[in-house]
Amino acid sequence: MIPAAFDYHAPRTLDEAVGLLERHGDDAKVLSGGQSLLPLLKLRLGAAGHLVDIGRIPGLEYVEERDGWLAIGGRTRESALEHSDLIRGKYPLLADTTAVIADPLVRNLATVGGNLAHGDPANDHPAAMMALGAQVVATGPRGTRTIAIDDFFLGLFQTALEPDEILTEIRVPQPPPRSGGAYRKLERKVGDFATAAAAVQVTLGTGGKVERVGIALTNAGATPIRAAAAERFLTGKKPTAEAIAEAASLAAAAASPTADRRGSVEYKRAVARVLTVRALERAVERAKES
Amino acid sequence: MAQHKIRVKVQGSEREAEVESRLLLVHFLREVLGLTGTHIGCDTTHCGACTVLLDGVPVKSCTVLAVQADGREVTTVEGLEKDGKLHPIQEGFWQEHGLQCGFCTPGMLMTSYALLQHNPDPGEAEIRQAISGNLCRCTGYVNIVKAVRYAAGKLRAAEV
Repeated sequence: MIPAAFDYHAPRTLDEAVGLLERHGDDAKVLSGGQSLLPLLKLRLGAAGHLVDIGRIPGLEYVEERDGWLAIGGRTRESALEHSDLIRGKYPLLADTTAVIADPLVRNLATVGGNLAHGDPANDHPAAMMALGAQVVATGPRGTRTIAIDDFFLGLFQTALEPDEILTEIRVPQPPPRSGGAYRKLERKVGDFATAAAAVQVTLGTGGKVERVGIALTNAGATPIRAAAAERFLTGKKPTAEAIAEAASLAAAAASPTADRRGSVEYKRAVARVLTVRALERAVERAKES
Repeated sequence: MAQHKIRVKVQGSEREAEVESRLLLVHFLREVLGLTGTHIGCDTTHCGACTVLLDGVPVKSCTVLAVQADGREVTTVEGLEKDGKLHPIQEGFWQEHGLQCGFCTPGMLMTSYALLQHNPDPGEAEIRQAISGNLCRCTGYVNIVKAVRYAAGKLRAAEV
């Protein structure tokens, strides 16, 4: 399959890239890893007159802690995240997530920023970043702004990014002691989108009670779904089997999946509930170990 | 439409061409350079038959633009053989019957080759994980895993 014709640009600086986006407006798309965009163009489900490849701009690939945040460069490859000792040691939710995105070959090119900016609720990082309470940094002609993850996903393939903005960084709050996270996904085979998946980040406080918990679902609606009722229910409680089961039921109730070849609405909601239980259990275990 | 002059190092030698923006790397390799060892299978980023090394890293060349490879190095299955001798990974697939129809084999070889570059002694689980983006419809993967193990042993023996 061959995409419709477009013009390719390979800017060497962020300013140059933003200038190109400003000039071409809606007719331009940012090319990051290309693992979602190129298939879309090849299948002609999407079209763009101009592709602005940000792959030759230095300084957009990093994973580091600074000023209380974990900072991930927008163009950081999934494989770099997957093999980062910092991520493996301290951010198990992200380690779980990146390991189940597409397949290893795709992860060699796919980027964390692209996974978010694509605005696909079937992607895995959106729910994970939501559970972590992340922020997204956008760079455009008016400078740089940060967007809370809860304000980022507006609808199916729609994000808060303006057509002339580039997602340049993701910021995740550094977890306090006794924190843990987990991502649990059901996929029919490697490389498939989730039938359902649950992302959990938990911090335990005094007496082993839940001090803070983030719970979000993948592929359970037009955007990643924050299970707010489940979070409220669990906060301040001991994460017993009963409390986890109740929270998972509340999370499943927040899901509004659509039926497709991966299953019926009822099935997907049931899967979301089971995966939320498993993600909560593992996250709590990890919080106790940390 | 926009044309771009690109220079790509393919199996170590510089190749230059004038390409359209939308030309995919796999078409560049097969149709411009005549390197038809790299196969087009699903053409939708699933099957991995088109796997090549881009700066040493295995990627699906149906999902990369030729212009993105400008100034970079590409290795295809044709680059494995040296001086008329099969690379141990190729020998492994032969010895262990790691193929039947052979369609997935170029991709399997490139992915396994890259795996052995950074993991000289992978276990079965590591091999299966590494090739999970390469689909084989014939073998059931058992002999592919054996072939990679064979190559790993051979490469380690050669280093001693």
